[in-house]
Amino acid sequence: METFDPAELPELLKLYYRRLFPYAQYYRWLNYGGVIKNYFQHREFSFTLKDDIYIRYQSFNNQSDLEKEMQKMNPYKIDIGAVYSHRPNQHNTVKLGAFQAQEKELVFDIDMTDYDDVRRCCSSADICSKCWTLMTMAIHIIDRALKEDFGFKHRLWVYSGRRGVHCWVCDESVRKLSSAVRSGIVEYLSLVKGGQDVKKKVHLSEKIHPFVSKSINIIKKYFEEYALVDQDILENKESWDKILALVPETIHEKLQQNFQKYHNSLQRWEYLKKAISWQDNTKNDKCGPLLEWEIMLQYCFPRLDINVSKGINHLLKSPFSVHPKTGRISVPIDLQKVDQFDPFTVPTISSICHELDAISINDEGKEGNEAESDIKHRTRDYKKTSLAPYIKVFEQFLENLDKSRKGELLKKSDLQKDF
Amino acid sequence: MQFSGRKRKKMRLTGDQRNVCYPHSLQFTWSHLLKAYLDRVESLAIDRVKLLKAVENLGVSYVKGTEPYQSKLENEIRKLKFSFRENLENEYEPRRKDHISHFILRLAYCQSEDLRRWFIQQEMDLLRFRFSILPKDKIQNFLKDSHLHFEAISDEEKSVREPEILASSPSLSGSKMELELESVYKIPFADALDLFRGRKVYLEGGFAYVPLKDIVAIVLNEFRAKLSKALALTARSLPAVQSDERLQPLLNHLSHSYTGQDYSTQKNAGKISLDQIDSLSTKSFPPCMRQLHKALRENHHLRHGGRMQYGLFLKGIGLTLEQALQFWKQEFIRGKMDPDKFDKGYSYNIRHSFGKEGKRTDYTPFSCMKIILTNPPSHGDYHGCPFRHSDPELLKQKLQSYKISPGGIQQILDLVKGTHYQVACQKYFEMIHNVDDCGFSLSHPNQFFFESQRILSGNKDIRKESIQPETPQPKPSVQKAKDASSALACLNSSLEMDMEGLEDYFSE
Repeated sequence: METFDPAELPELLKLYYRRLFPYAQYYRWLNYGGVIKNYFQHREFSFTLKDDIYIRYQSFNNQSDLEKEMQKMNPYKIDIGAVYSHRPNQHNTVKLGAFQAQEKELVFDIDMTDYDDVRRCCSSADICSKCWTLMTMAIHIIDRALKEDFGFKHRLWVYSGRRGVHCWVCDESVRKLSSAVRSGIVEYLSLVKGGQDVKKKVHLSEKIHPFVSKSINIIKKYFEEYALVDQDILENKESWDKILALVPETIHEKLQQNFQKYHNSLQRWEYLKKAISWQDNTKNDKCGPLLEWEIMLQYCFPRLDINVSKGINHLLKSPFSVHPKTGRISVPIDLQKVDQFDPFTVPTISSICHELDAISINDEGKEGNEAESDIKHRTRDYKKTSLAPYIKVFEQFLENLDKSRKGELLKKSDLQKDF
Repeated sequence: MQFSGRKRKKMRLTGDQRNVCYPHSLQFTWSHLLKAYLDRVESLAIDRVKLLKAVENLGVSYVKGTEPYQSKLENEIRKLKFSFRENLENEYEPRRKDHISHFILRLAYCQSEDLRRWFIQQEMDLLRFRFSILPKDKIQNFLKDSHLHFEAISDEEKSVREPEILASSPSLSGSKMELELESVYKIPFADALDLFRGRKVYLEGGFAYVPLKDIVAIVLNEFRAKLSKALALTARSLPAVQSDERLQPLLNHLSHSYTGQDYSTQKNAGKISLDQIDSLSTKSFPPCMRQLHKALRENHHLRHGGRMQYGLFLKGIGLTLEQALQFWKQEFIRGKMDPDKFDKGYSYNIRHSFGKEGKRTDYTPFSCMKIILTNPPSHGDYHGCPFRHSDPELLKQKLQSYKISPGGIQQILDLVKGTHYQVACQKYFEMIHNVDDCGFSLSHPNQFFFESQRILSGNKDIRKESIQPETPQPKPSVQKAKDASSALACLNSSLEMDMEGLEDYFSE
């Protein structure tokens, strides 16, 4: 893969926006079948241009308008905001107080930096294959809940381009949800509470809600390999002291002594489980599986940023946007293949532009008319690059949206007896 | 303003009265009927205020939902002839009464944050009670008619999800038997926000499976939201109502209404001597009057608000006009006031408040409600209710200077935090008289004095179990399970209809 050089961005983006960005699919998404008038036209976009110039309240008339503007401005970053009461690019002409955010997808942002207290391999913006499993588990846990508990059908998971994942929930009813309900959903999905000053961040009660038990079952599938092998959380005194901070003091000494006897985290974890179950039941301290689960959850359960999800007008990085530091494209994640997703194989803008150049050289001389071939090229271009499979995932997502919409329309017309 | 006592005539339209009202088949003007109409409106509204006050008092005296609370509240509702049971005959009049009185009170209680909060709280408690006694088969219909989209699920659907529902709902103990008997409702998750956000309900496919016990919480939340919105809207249209001279006094009076004794009858006149007042102020005065007395002694002066509140109180405990004039003059002169200036400026006002000047209305001492809700004190004032108007830190210091135990002080502060100002004052009463239970529901400063004197003169059984220890007691902020019978006895006596004065508005 071609190494990415941020200095080349202006040129690369020019090519990307002219030949590779999937405008048709993108418009198809945000237009939502054109069922509601001006839905696309009232959508806010924000662009980050070269030299960190940030412009908000961008809006477009249609797909071709969007294309022209993006090609003209060559944004380094694109964010998607809410659908407003008026065209965002005219918001200054609207009477004070009348310009309101009305609808938006429910979004989640899961960022690897929020796990720095429990991952030993990396910190802050770095990620590696050892800690990426946290994202895998997060996607499984959150997606299951969104689908099964909340009944949300249209969930698009996207790689953020560097250190996390985003989720866009696009059901019609969901786009209308109030800020209070969005906050409530995040609360429902939250188990890890407390900042740096809080040692023990997960507390379970005797009654375990099905959401919690189902999440624990997911974590169990990954725990051994992720926590005990890759992260090696009981490797040495420094690392196991952190675990001890989560269990009652009464067994600390016993654990310290016996941990020395074992050779790896797996063995120590087995011992830890036993030690916990031998705890006296009648004391206030927790015992049995609850304590074990609390540790697993603190090390593995997803951590959400409530501020991203609760605001209807919050702007979030757009799918297919480029990450200016890594060059990676924010690509959709195939939910059928979450476990195989590897962020390090996600195409960068330089790699796909390189692939495009290679194709062009081959195709040169076959086409005549420049303008015509430009468009024709584009419809086939991305298909020949590594971007193709990701666009396919996106198209599948769009198919499902379409099907739903048709189903709804049929239902409505049946009710009205329009045959 | 409070007016003195003429017995109110109850206007009820009986058969022959109906003819009197409408002797003719045609009308030139309806003004003579307006009074009858407003009287009826007023009577309904006042009954509802009494009911809501009873709801409030029972709510702090008993744990909501327990047997004594439920039966006593039912009694109150029955007594006041409001609707409460779903399957009784002749429910039309009581329901209509409920309907009309509720809307009138909206007008009266939308006018300030405090009033709105109080009104919403009591209406919610009333609704909760009525819902709790609704028979199971009526619940579904009620929910449907209220356009609340709650459907009870079938037994099969319930048994399939039994373990999940039991594991999710804190209100269920966890026994399968309990779940089999309890109805479970399927509602869109967004309608159960307060339940699902804390994972207190089972969610599946976008629906919350809510056991009956928890449905109440949702119904009440919706109710609160709707009523709150309605009150805000009502307040906006209030200026139109306020400009109507016939309605505004009625509404004002309702929201400040005190439905008990007004302590204006001069039964005790002359029984107090001036030199007793200092010691009485520490032994038998409620904190509001105690602080006014202290300020008067220290500053040899009180501003108008303080003079009104304290002066009328003194009248209520039995000071005669002559005593009052002497009392105030003595004190003001100590403050280097010229005796002539006093005679000119202040004695007139004192005589006025005794009904010896001007309109000759014998003003009645202020009730707790009036003191708490109107004319808040500003800097340099000493009137008002210390529990309502004092900074909690200052209140704490004051109570410490009164030698109240730390445990008692904490209980009082907790009650103040919960805005139960009168109950906090009752607690103070209990602490200074060293009784477990004051035995009455406080609503008037003169009542405090009267009850205190009763105890101190040994007329009452002193319920003293042990000397209150100095150890702090971590008690819950609301008193629970007080002695039932005496509390209710006092409640009953104080709720005697004695709402005079209103007629004056209409007769002038």
